[in-house]
Amino acid sequence: MAVLKVEKPGMLTTIQDLGRHGFQEFGMPVAGAADEFSFKLANMLVRNRPEEAALELTLAGPTLKVLEEGVIAITGADMGPQLNGRPLVMWEAVLVYPGDVLSFGWSRQGCRAYLAVAGGINVPPVMGSKSTYLRGSIGGFEGRALRGGDIISSGVPSYPLDELVGRSIPPEYISSYNGKWEVRVVLGPQDDYFTAKGIQTFLQSEYKVTPECDRMGCRLEGPPIEHQKGADIISDGIPAGAVQVPGHGQPIIMLADRQTTGGYAKIATVISSDLWKVAQAKPGDIIHFRAVTLPEAHQAYRIYRERLQSLPTVIQILWNRKKHYRIQVNGKIYRVCVEKMEY
Amino acid sequence: MYDRPRFLPAGDRAIVVEFGNEINPEINRRVRNLYLALQRSGIGGIGEMIPTYRSLLIYYDPMQLPLNQLIDYIQEVEADMERLKLPHPKIYVIPVIYGGEYGPDLEDVARYNQLTPGEVIQIHTATDYLIYMLGFAPGFPYLGGMSLRIATPRLKTPRTHIPAGSVGIADKQTGIYPIDSPGGWRIIGRTPVKLYDPYREPPVLLSAGNYVRFVSITAEDYHKIKAAVEQNTYTLQELPVELGG
Repeated sequence: MAVLKVEKPGMLTTIQDLGRHGFQEFGMPVAGAADEFSFKLANMLVRNRPEEAALELTLAGPTLKVLEEGVIAITGADMGPQLNGRPLVMWEAVLVYPGDVLSFGWSRQGCRAYLAVAGGINVPPVMGSKSTYLRGSIGGFEGRALRGGDIISSGVPSYPLDELVGRSIPPEYISSYNGKWEVRVVLGPQDDYFTAKGIQTFLQSEYKVTPECDRMGCRLEGPPIEHQKGADIISDGIPAGAVQVPGHGQPIIMLADRQTTGGYAKIATVISSDLWKVAQAKPGDIIHFRAVTLPEAHQAYRIYRERLQSLPTVIQILWNRKKHYRIQVNGKIYRVCVEKMEY
Repeated sequence: MYDRPRFLPAGDRAIVVEFGNEINPEINRRVRNLYLALQRSGIGGIGEMIPTYRSLLIYYDPMQLPLNQLIDYIQEVEADMERLKLPHPKIYVIPVIYGGEYGPDLEDVARYNQLTPGEVIQIHTATDYLIYMLGFAPGFPYLGGMSLRIATPRLKTPRTHIPAGSVGIADKQTGIYPIDSPGGWRIIGRTPVKLYDPYREPPVLLSAGNYVRFVSITAEDYHKIKAAVEQNTYTLQELPVELGG
């Protein structure tokens, strides 16, 4: 089933899922959605399995032509999505028809948007994942970013489209993207490579996201962080969110396409529940680090997971409160949704 | 080597167990033993692990396995490690065609070290190299133990394209490029064996803790092996490491 034809590819549009796990010990990067939170919400809205693939849009989104009826949902950065030239609502499952044109502009807030299609994206998994790993030229759409003319087909939706349209994320689950991000970290594994002053600089300064920011790492610019024992370590493992500080003292936060091992001292690691913020920080945005203890980080992770686990039920309750009708007038079918307004 | 391993948090879902602060086969052996012991332990909540020169990065699920329990468990395993019957390491035999178009820097390496190309090949093939870890690129082995007699600095201007399978020397290191890439290593030969192929099971051929032995082959062997590799009929030769050797 063909659904979307790429008219313009946008700045960097790739197919991503939850990543290629199980091969890091062999030097294989995980890849996967940079902002797992928004990615999971997009899949939830169209009732895909959580590990199903979606499109990841970067800074400037694509123009896509709809070839077959389907349901889509857009989450994450606000690139001003439009359907046939009219603003399209985000964080909600929307029906699209053949001939519709879905377009995006430059991101106003945030760096990456996710576009999920009911039924997922039909590309062959490579090493157990549909994620595009650009440097390795594998996964996703022929191992590369999308180009004009590419046709993306979906799988078969698990539910009738009528039971998907209008599903939305309650506003309290959607964070504001205002360009200033407080990111919580746990110090280590090599915080002892830095002077007390260096750690203080790291935690008390504002760091600006540079344009040299990609799926591998978010490079920052700000007051240099002082090393005590030098920047080089004997290469060891790099988890997602690791904050490397090379010799120039400017931190780099490692993201989805990071290499598995590396030789720069890591002052801290961004906690799992805040990593999405780094993925959404666009060049020019400000990041401020705050240290938390490990028990605090685990508590934050527990809350994050519980929110995600409860969300499908909350989405369904919200949807059930609305009345959905199909009305036929003069041979044309109209979809009507009746929602109680609160004043 | 430290008296007791250090536990270093790497965020809220990973911990680094560090055994020392040097590149040393005994430290690396402890890393590998812990990795194997945890892998076979089957305790829930442990995810992927990344063994490196002198540490093991362990992903864990804090909701399923609290960190203090994981550390207790690692210490228990650590204390008991010598009693575990761990598999004996093996030697992967990697056929290499040296020199010529496959090894354009062989002559330079020889000249730099005041040797003949034949002597370089003899020295390069005389050692079994410990695979300390894999990283940098899918399937790239960090090998230890190259003779300093063939150590050669990197090229001043890196090449933009080095074909997969190229065997090179960079200062005191030797290694094999698993994928086509740019690089500044001195290329002395090429193996027809694919170290990395995402469409093969397993995608990565080598694993840490084992050894690589390079053997010199002729052009005829090279083409024969290459054809077999492409038809998926080639089996990499593996030898047991001789006890006490």
